[in-house]
Amino acid sequence: MKSNLSIRTIVAIGIGAAVYVILGRFLTIPTGIPNTNIETAVAFLAFMAVLFGPIAGGLIGLLGHALKDVLLWGSIWWSWVFVSLFIGLFIGLFARRIAIENGEFGTKQIISFNVVQVIVQVIGWFLLAPLLDIIIYAEPANKVFTQGAVAGVSNIISVGVIGTILLAAYAKTQTKGNSLSKEA
Amino acid sequence: MAVNILGYMERTSPIHKLSGITKLIVFIIWSSIAMLTYDTRVLLVLLIASLVIFQLSKIQLKDISFVLMIILAFLALNNVAIYVFSPQEGVQIYGSSHVIWDGAGRYNLTWEQLFYQINITLKYFVVIPAALLFILTTHPSELAASLNKVGISYKIGIAVSLALRYIPDIQRDFRTIAQVQQTRGIDLSKNEKLTKRLKNVISIMVPLIFSSLDRIEVISNAMELRSFGKHKKRTWYSARPLLKVDTITLIISLVFFIVAMVITFHDGDRFYNPF
Repeated sequence: MKSNLSIRTIVAIGIGAAVYVILGRFLTIPTGIPNTNIETAVAFLAFMAVLFGPIAGGLIGLLGHALKDVLLWGSIWWSWVFVSLFIGLFIGLFARRIAIENGEFGTKQIISFNVVQVIVQVIGWFLLAPLLDIIIYAEPANKVFTQGAVAGVSNIISVGVIGTILLAAYAKTQTKGNSLSKEA
Repeated sequence: MAVNILGYMERTSPIHKLSGITKLIVFIIWSSIAMLTYDTRVLLVLLIASLVIFQLSKIQLKDISFVLMIILAFLALNNVAIYVFSPQEGVQIYGSSHVIWDGAGRYNLTWEQLFYQINITLKYFVVIPAALLFILTTHPSELAASLNKVGISYKIGIAVSLALRYIPDIQRDFRTIAQVQQTRGIDLSKNEKLTKRLKNVISIMVPLIFSSLDRIEVISNAMELRSFGKHKKRTWYSARPLLKVDTITLIISLVFFIVAMVITFHDGDRFYNPF
């Protein structure tokens, strides 16, 4: 990992984490259910994971979430920070085939991106986050599973709607592969 | 929008004089103890120690009062949620039930539940001073150097310091974009319906993210021109050598960690049971 990190990936991790902090701090949409917000930062995390790959995705999740926690709360919720790392890493890993740089983001890519994000987030929020909460903080099981499920659903919506729109907007700025045709 | 984000605060105090590596390691040890233990005695010692260290650092309470308010509100809410979802969790853990107050159904109040919730609050609480102190007393560029010194690749160190360096810039970008969109009539307040708000939020995110992607290009080109990453190692302008105080602090916290672990796990259970 040490040698093959490109400069672009490193900078993407740094700037990505900074954007994650700002989005997490200022841009959340309350859903009406107390204490549950639609986090725009998670959508951004998924977007960056698709663009820059699993290492950038995982580290943006880890750094961004940890920094956000420290700067906003003065404390780190390691269990949920770890879930962000997991989500960035695995969305990055499985979304590689989307090849967004080619400017293709049609129905097929939208479906495969969303299938990946739903599976990864279900594992992350419905299972991993509650389990870590129980292991680390010994919180009551039914409480953390409910919390995880609520957070999971709102984050899946966030990535599904905002993440998809961001990727589509990005794809439009890229030149399509095979866009040139030979004149007869 | 107030600028309520924490950052480095320049003071002269014994804590500021410690090297960044020391503070990083102490912070890691500190949060590991807080995560692993459930022993009230250990948690109380941690709490008292962190209050003393906080006093030493000359950080005023008013500097951090807004964060403290948010976190206290969160802890209160968390405690209510725990009780609502599982009023008998403490009874299960400590294996006995001393009722203080009889309520409806399973919602009675037991000493065990009270003790368990005090412990969980302590567990969250003791990390706060350590994390705050680390962020408030370590200069961002020294942080990168210390990350590298504890064995993390310097490239990751640079990524961390880039993040800290650019948070204010991106916050400024965000404000400009949000204000521009508001002058164009985009409403971000809760007066709008959820679906409309989602759309309005996207109209801020797109310019913010695309300008950040540009930023990534510019910065990585600049770094490439300066041959960043050519060598396996690098030196740090802001690195500080370990002094005698650092060594002493590190030894003390390591001993403390071992003692805490022995106290917590010597009876094969991470909970301290006074009942």
